[in-house]
Amino acid sequence: MKPKEELTKGIAKNNPVFVLLLGLCPFLAVSVSVINGIGMGIAALFVLLGSNLIISLIRNFIPERIRIPCYIVIIATFVTIVELTMKAYLPTLAQALGIYVPLIVVNCMVLGRAEAFASKNNLFSSFLDAIGMGIGFTLALLVISAIREILGNGTFLGLKIFSEFEPAIVFALPPGALLVIGLLLAFLNRKRGK
Amino acid sequence: MEIEYLLRIFISSVFVNNVILSRFLGLCSFIAISKEIKPAVAMSFAVLFVITMSSLITWGIFRFLLAPFHIEYLRTISFILVIATFVQLVEMVIRKFAPALYRFFGIYLPLITVNCAVLGVAVLNSEMFFQNGKPISGSFVYSLFQGICVGLGYLVAMVLMSSIRHRLELADVPKAFQGPAIGFIIAAILSMAFLGFSGFRI
Repeated sequence: MKPKEELTKGIAKNNPVFVLLLGLCPFLAVSVSVINGIGMGIAALFVLLGSNLIISLIRNFIPERIRIPCYIVIIATFVTIVELTMKAYLPTLAQALGIYVPLIVVNCMVLGRAEAFASKNNLFSSFLDAIGMGIGFTLALLVISAIREILGNGTFLGLKIFSEFEPAIVFALPPGALLVIGLLLAFLNRKRGK
Repeated sequence: MEIEYLLRIFISSVFVNNVILSRFLGLCSFIAISKEIKPAVAMSFAVLFVITMSSLITWGIFRFLLAPFHIEYLRTISFILVIATFVQLVEMVIRKFAPALYRFFGIYLPLITVNCAVLGVAVLNSEMFFQNGKPISGSFVYSLFQGICVGLGYLVAMVLMSSIRHRLELADVPKAFQGPAIGFIIAAILSMAFLGFSGFRI
């Protein structure tokens, strides 16, 4: 596959969220506001990048039978780095994301890329794959959290955008996340069907 | 330790903060395995068992290893490793001593390692029942009980969802909504119903 395709496949064709349905748990929980969404997206991007690079580097040394525990340790290391950095420099964001930061470790997207891609491809391809998938995940988060924040709170990035608007609070509550992703998936299905 | 507090944990984790419908933990398995009732129930019992046991074990790890040596930052790594090892061990033991049970759980047991609900409960326990690295009184019982209740909440959501999706087989779903999309819409409606519980004040 060409380098450009490695990079772009995660953004549209194989978007981890909308097409592969991976990594939904943190995805839905933190998408209440755009700031949280971007924070989680960048955290996941960093973890994905780090784990893909390391796994791709040592892929020939990991014994076949214990590869999954090895991947998990590598991923958990990067998650811990993110956790500590976020607590030190962005305490409010760390507070808002709560237990969903340590839970990046069981995000199926990260482990899925490690198993399906980084363990079979060279460093450069794995790097592009991680960047593409991470950006795809962040963009998906941006879309959903923007919809939820605008409809549920009447704001975007904390700025008020309507002068007279009664927000539909349900979008800021858990059902809103499920509703928005359900409708978005249906919309994408319809577009693809044509 | 108070009975009242236990009751609060029960209502909170089964209904108000239902693990799937309000905290979104274990959502992947929820959408993927809820098409039929029987596998959904098998999965839920496997999750219930693993969550209970892992909240026991991770409590011990946090209480006797991480907290006394002030290495709480190793929580994520140590918890996920212990859970993965434990699930592997359970699988081997069950396969050897209870083949019938092994067939009942089937392929769902190994999948639980990457179920966010298990790690989520372990992390939640260590945050709720420890203050500044010291366990609050009764924290062991609370952790264990919260593990059981979250598992029950998972079971409730799973049974509801799979019963609805079972009937959906005969329904005429619009083409664009077929597949996961309608699953999410149903989950949204269920989640709205569960919102009603958040009025509880105990």
